[in-house]
Amino acid sequence: MDILRFATAGSVDDGKSTLIGRLLFDSKAIFEDQLEAVERTSRDRGTEYTDLSLLTDGLRAEREQGITIDVAYRYFATPKRKFIIADTPGHIQYTRNMVTGASTADLAIVLIDARKGVLEQSRRHAFLTTLLRVPHLVLAVNKMDLVDYSQERFEEIREEFTSFAAKLNAPDLTFIPISALHGDNVVSRSESMPWYNGSSLLHHLEHVHIASDRNLVDVRFPVQYVIRPQRATDPALHDYRGYAGQVAGGVLKPGDEVMHLPSGLVTRIASIDTFDGPVEEAFAPMSVTLRLEDDIDISRGDMICRPNNQPHVAQELEAMICWMSDVTKLGPRTKLTIKHTTRTARALVRDLHYRLDVNTLHRDESAQSLGLNEIGRVSLRITQPLFVDDYARNRLTGGFILVDESTSNTVGAGMIVEAK
Amino acid sequence: MLQCDYTTSQLDVLEAEAIHIMREVAAEFERPCLLFSGGKDSIVMLRIAEKAFWPAPIPFPLMHVDTGHNFPEVIEFRDRRAEELGARLVVASVQDSIDAGRVAEETGRRASRNRLQTTTLLDAIEDNEYDAVFGGARRDEEKARAKERVFSFRDEFGQWDPKSQRPELWNLYNSKIRKGEHIRVFPLSNWTELDIWDYIRREGIEIPSIYYAHTRKVFERDGMLLADSEFITRDEDEQLFESVVRYRTVGDVTCTGAVQSAAATVEEIISEIAATRITERGATRADDRASEASMEDRKKEGYF
Repeated sequence: MDILRFATAGSVDDGKSTLIGRLLFDSKAIFEDQLEAVERTSRDRGTEYTDLSLLTDGLRAEREQGITIDVAYRYFATPKRKFIIADTPGHIQYTRNMVTGASTADLAIVLIDARKGVLEQSRRHAFLTTLLRVPHLVLAVNKMDLVDYSQERFEEIREEFTSFAAKLNAPDLTFIPISALHGDNVVSRSESMPWYNGSSLLHHLEHVHIASDRNLVDVRFPVQYVIRPQRATDPALHDYRGYAGQVAGGVLKPGDEVMHLPSGLVTRIASIDTFDGPVEEAFAPMSVTLRLEDDIDISRGDMICRPNNQPHVAQELEAMICWMSDVTKLGPRTKLTIKHTTRTARALVRDLHYRLDVNTLHRDESAQSLGLNEIGRVSLRITQPLFVDDYARNRLTGGFILVDESTSNTVGAGMIVEAK
Repeated sequence: MLQCDYTTSQLDVLEAEAIHIMREVAAEFERPCLLFSGGKDSIVMLRIAEKAFWPAPIPFPLMHVDTGHNFPEVIEFRDRRAEELGARLVVASVQDSIDAGRVAEETGRRASRNRLQTTTLLDAIEDNEYDAVFGGARRDEEKARAKERVFSFRDEFGQWDPKSQRPELWNLYNSKIRKGEHIRVFPLSNWTELDIWDYIRREGIEIPSIYYAHTRKVFERDGMLLADSEFITRDEDEQLFESVVRYRTVGDVTCTGAVQSAAATVEEIISEIAATRITERGATRADDRASEASMEDRKKEGYF
């Protein structure tokens, strides 16, 4: 059994909570005491139906205001897969939350109300999904019951969205007509839409192929921690020196010739160690410890790669930034701390090329700054070299966060588009 | 673990993620500690720590916030496990906080030291100058926890502000804090109760005996079975009876309920949990029943 992480975007009006509630309920991930609590609260508020959004809206402020503010993580499993849902609010003022949820997602579900068609917010959700390089996108055309399960309406929406998605360089796209309220095409195929030949949503989630979404080509091993058990009781361990980390790309094997950055020195992998014994191969997302044949001065923040396949060693970066601070803005000369893989450095914003309108994709080149939830393209100068790949090639070596130096808050998320 | 198509099982993915989180903390903080109660989640967390730094020993101490109202089986297990690992165990005692006048004992038949633990915990973090504290909490446990970050920032009062949490993207965690602030770290955030049990089975991890079915004197209160204990005052109509029970969670004796169960092996526990229709905290924790938002309120104050 493997794990599929998916993000959902949409507002209560789109039926997102109803859909999640149904997936959780039908997979028995909602328990009786949780349901009772929700029913009690719904009754107390005078709501006639059981408001399933109460299951996901966990904070007092969310329940009081009836809105989803933050990313909520939900879990369910079928015999085929374990699922982690990053449930994100759909409104534009919560763009940063959606970006957060999408950053680790294998798949995103964008909900469209069949009556309303492709709205500005559907386009925004799809755009953010592709910006974060979520490999699979599902357009769930919901409330089909309210358009008489019309194939014509579904095809209309599909065509409209497909022509928009062509501009986005969208990944794998799947359209599914559903009624979350009645359960049509959610867990099992709907009898009301015999014209639809595809899978139900759950069947799609269970079977979508994600193993090849990881980068298995470019060996990238950011050194996280050096393990030196000097005071171990076993004298054989006194000379042990292992480089611990989580594989970010490629496949590593003992005997492989590898290069250390920043030194450029070449050596071989002596062994790949784990608590459970040495392994013959390591690939993302495994956490392992490498031992190398030669003694090289290696510390946290360094990178192990292959001599013939190296990341860019860059101090100048071009990146798309989503700004997440409601206190400060990003503009030319802003100084920040940057965290990229296991390396932390300082960054200076040299230039803001444009701000992107996330609804129309219009580029405003006259923009002077980025405010909360705004996205733009910037040039950064870094105080020390980072070992980077284009985000499109590897999300782990192409993504970074920006931290405000005075408040220590995470204020930006960056995706490298071009390293120099 | 390895298959030719490079897929990874859910437990391997969760384990790799938790190891990454632990190493990140060990690399970026000066004085981390790991909360170890002898409960199943902290036992799994400890195993992950063992794996993350092997063959070196775990590079931080363990801490237990001891209410004094314990199951003896669990305390015995706690001490033995720490000794096996050669780990330093710091015990922060609620009784000491009471004796020092930091908190006042609750009175009445519902008296519990559950809420008092927060002060003891925060005092211990301050006294030991811990800057990162590992906890075994999982997001599937409770809906306030479903919103919590893996690296959860606490201000100088130890408080959690759910409305201004740091965004958390990819596998990048922001460890920047000022003196006096700390980060609660939850490496098991993405695990479910069933994942924990599957992992205990796969790894053959020992757990305290009270997780398995045993005969115990209990009485019923608010639909929960509480153990006969010197720390609980029973009402006249609360009759003791013997029953075959086990514990789904392990906390303070005064607010942790047993469930009737004959599950005597990990396999039997897993089939029982797979079929259950009640959450573990709903079934067994009086402390969570107080209100719709009781966990959120306690967490804001600095609770685990």
